[in-house]
Amino acid sequence: MTRSFTSASTLDDAMTAIAAGARPVAGGTDLVVGARQGKKPLPGAIVAIDRIEALRGLEERDGGLRLGALVTHEAIVADETVRARFTALADSSAIVGSHATRANGTIGGNVMNASPAMDTGGALLCIGATVTLRSEAGEREVPLGDLWTGPGATTAAPGELLVAIDLPAPPAGTGSAYVRLEYRRQMEIAVVGATAVVTVGDGPGDDSGAGPVTDARIAITALAPTIHRVAEAEQALMGTDGGDDAVGAAARAAAAGAAPIGDVRASADYRTAMAEVVTRRAIAAALTRARGGEVPIPASDALYGA
Amino acid sequence: MKVDATLHVNGTDFPVEIDPHMSLLKAVRDEIGLTGSKEGCDDSECGACMMLLDGKPVNSCSYLAMQAVGKQVTTVEGLAGDQELAPLQAEFLRHGGVQCGFCTPGMLISATALLRAQPDPSEQEIRIALAGNLCRCTGYGGIVQAVLGAARIRTEPGSGT
Repeated sequence: MTRSFTSASTLDDAMTAIAAGARPVAGGTDLVVGARQGKKPLPGAIVAIDRIEALRGLEERDGGLRLGALVTHEAIVADETVRARFTALADSSAIVGSHATRANGTIGGNVMNASPAMDTGGALLCIGATVTLRSEAGEREVPLGDLWTGPGATTAAPGELLVAIDLPAPPAGTGSAYVRLEYRRQMEIAVVGATAVVTVGDGPGDDSGAGPVTDARIAITALAPTIHRVAEAEQALMGTDGGDDAVGAAARAAAAGAAPIGDVRASADYRTAMAEVVTRRAIAAALTRARGGEVPIPASDALYGA
Repeated sequence: MKVDATLHVNGTDFPVEIDPHMSLLKAVRDEIGLTGSKEGCDDSECGACMMLLDGKPVNSCSYLAMQAVGKQVTTVEGLAGDQELAPLQAEFLRHGGVQCGFCTPGMLISATALLRAQPDPSEQEIRIALAGNLCRCTGYGGIVQAVLGAARIRTEPGSGT
């Protein structure tokens, strides 16, 4: 149980406390809830980092976007750049928890909690996010794909704090979407989720805009110990016209890449079966957006009806 | 070991002596004595404990009281004026949005947050925003009507009762 609580006003203060063994808390929506659920007791020493201004920014950088660790889901959903160019991330943050969770929960905490069911994970992975980890010794950059090692486990060392997440600029003609299967509209954890980030080339000169798929990134959520991309699914879509056959083949390949658990929320068989359906919907929504069509944010609401 | 802190709740400073791991809900209920906010699941699922923190909703059962130091906390007791209910509260009464009443404080806070962010929500937007607040009496119809009514009063002054 927690014996000491400090609130850091600067990053240096926070790093000193973390080096001495304190665990950081920002919105508390995982750390404190986890303790309530009996998953893991609260750490003995906590340092609150939610007042550190330097971790708060959401800014364009080299055509991409830098998210400070403290950027909330609410701020992500409200950001016009995210909605227009990193739409799958907006889809994801829009359905995390409830509006209370989104007002307090931060992207840094979300990533470091390393849940295989986290909504934002697939979008960040497919967009090609890099995280910056800081310790008293300095900073290092880690591609997100090298961060998660299992449920709740990362390659970050004790004493390291995630301070920022960088998203590279997507090429022209890119559209993206995140779709999850859910039983409840808010305060829900993805039963199964899928993210698609696709880039389409120029059309055949007839203004149809139906050019070939020149890049495809597909990740599956709540279907393995970590959220991961499925290369076979991406290859099944790449170079195709993005028609029903290609989308179907990619969705089946994504389901074949799943290794889900069965639990009280869904059996492993059901998760695998739904992986194909949810991936198909995510790809279809991403293609529609890539071709300039309208799919409301969040895509999950749009696809399941309200 | 308990620590001294000051919580700013409904416009008043309350000095408290609390454990560092105490939740905001427990501090407000047990130390300050404002028992309007309820403990339902104690797990951030049901929304009965919802308060406003600097105007934004928070599930106070899962938020450390120490993190609220220096921030403005609003509980259901802070919604009404001295002599009269807030329009949203009056609409809950008018539309029968209260059955057993246990979820009501969280519903009122959640709906207050929604109406601040979106003064003229659709019925669907209300249902989605309140989906983080569970009513075990399942009296959602009256609750949704009450929020719609409160939005009408805000956006069309004079249209309310």
